[in-house]
Amino acid sequence: MFKRLREGPTVTVTIDDVEAAVPEGASVAAAILLKNLGHCRTTPVSGEPRAPYCMMGVCFECLMEIDGEDNRQACLVTVEEGMKIRRQEGASGLKP
Amino acid sequence: MSERCALAVIGGGPAGLATATTAAELGVQVELFDEQSAPGGQIYRAIENADTEHQAILGQDYARGAALAQSFRASAAGYRSDSDVWAVTPERQIGVISFGSADIVDAQFIVIATGSMERALPFPGWTLPGVMTAGAGQVLLKQEGMVPDDTLIGGGVVLAGSGPLLLLVASQYLHAGVAIQALLDMTPRAGYLQALPHLPLALIADGYIGKGRALKAELRRADVPIISGVTNISANGDDRITSVEYDIGSQRQTLDTGLLMVHFGVVPNGHLAAALGVEEIWDRRQLCWRPSTDAWGGTNIDGVAIAGDCGGIAGARAAEYSGRLAAFQAACSLGLIDAEERDRLAAPVRQALKRDIRVRPFLEALFTPPASLMDNAVDDTVICRCEEVTAGRLREAVSLGCQGPNQVKAFTRAGMGPCQGRQCGAAVSHIVAAARGVEVELVGRFRVRPPVKPITLGALATLDVD
Repeated sequence: MFKRLREGPTVTVTIDDVEAAVPEGASVAAAILLKNLGHCRTTPVSGEPRAPYCMMGVCFECLMEIDGEDNRQACLVTVEEGMKIRRQEGASGLKP
Repeated sequence: MSERCALAVIGGGPAGLATATTAAELGVQVELFDEQSAPGGQIYRAIENADTEHQAILGQDYARGAALAQSFRASAAGYRSDSDVWAVTPERQIGVISFGSADIVDAQFIVIATGSMERALPFPGWTLPGVMTAGAGQVLLKQEGMVPDDTLIGGGVVLAGSGPLLLLVASQYLHAGVAIQALLDMTPRAGYLQALPHLPLALIADGYIGKGRALKAELRRADVPIISGVTNISANGDDRITSVEYDIGSQRQTLDTGLLMVHFGVVPNGHLAAALGVEEIWDRRQLCWRPSTDAWGGTNIDGVAIAGDCGGIAGARAAEYSGRLAAFQAACSLGLIDAEERDRLAAPVRQALKRDIRVRPFLEALFTPPASLMDNAVDDTVICRCEEVTAGRLREAVSLGCQGPNQVKAFTRAGMGPCQGRQCGAAVSHIVAAARGVEVELVGRFRVRPPVKPITLGALATLDVD
């Protein structure tokens, strides 16, 4: 849905195990939007898809699993080289 | 180990930066906590990285933030970026988490400057991917230099709602070469009449009316279709938005689009203050709760003040002024200046503030959505996005005897999800009030409790408590 006005330096992350080059300094939520991935999570109640909505930390729609930690606000986390990002499907579970 | 500071400022937007810089200049030991990684808040987001080309897209008002960020950086104020404040206690202990590790900071004086957020106004389909706020669009433009890609969005981006920010985003998109399919202006026609008596005062405020007119003229020159008198928008689509529908007069219209950006004004982002127990009042003109404060931003909690839009919407410049006033009071209360000096320093700032906010009654009368928009959502509209609670279920709870939002919450889970009622809170209060046939202030609002940000047990475990 989005494009960058100017190309710039990127870092490489994985999104659901697929490598992706995303803009350095971008938030994880922005990277998801830029890659046109549709949704960043599905809801625990009905499983419907949700995507970033406010981009400033107040709607909690962009909750994702980032480097193994669930429920991170993706709009408040800056991408880093090697970061492992996963879409959060439904309710997050306890990890071993 | 717990840390100490004389003045803790929470929030790094114009109010927080002005508070911290001013207090530091007066010799106060200041720490500023902000959840972003660079100063500026939302309004001046990523201001330190903006080159002239980027500033040209974003406009002059954005550029104002550069000086603010610069003087803050040059000051002696301490700066904790990437820090989520998840609790503040009446004893002025601040729970903060940063990069996975937790701290408790003891402060002698606290200024809360958490700014504003966009008013959430539920409509059918507002949870679909591809529906976002105009503010979100602005964040993407400021931080990542991202704009809607016409080739990926059937028909081009549609903007809908009302308020100055909507016009500003449209203008910024124009500068960036983005094709805007339509701007659905939902400003109620009655608003123009109600606003008219406030126009003379607004005209002598610092240039705001001229700017608004210039924005509109610019959009018209660029042939952006501005459709006035729009009501009842809804977003259609299965797993993402494919079209937006709206009423104009008695006709239902449809526009195909993959991206709808909505804006219905801004309200105080007062979650942290509410969790602390700061007394709030219902502001009928702004249609929101705001903290009850004195002339220095002081609250019912000893040593805790509010600065900027978090205390009631007045805009970025007013936020700077109120930040300075809060800093004078903090310095006085900490014994660095006496009351006479405080008042002397404050006098010109109060003058500037008074001049600046002359435009507010006009903007409030014109753009604040009518209360009916908040409370007559159709029954199957999702109100609580997190727990997917519809307007119908809220009304059902009221018919079962729930008197206020907190009872409704227990019955329906509305407001119990991760956003803790930040998005649905106002709408829930409105719907409950309307269903009972009473005023919103009578039914009250969700109680807010810490932690107000997600915090892991692992992070809590890093706390070294005595």
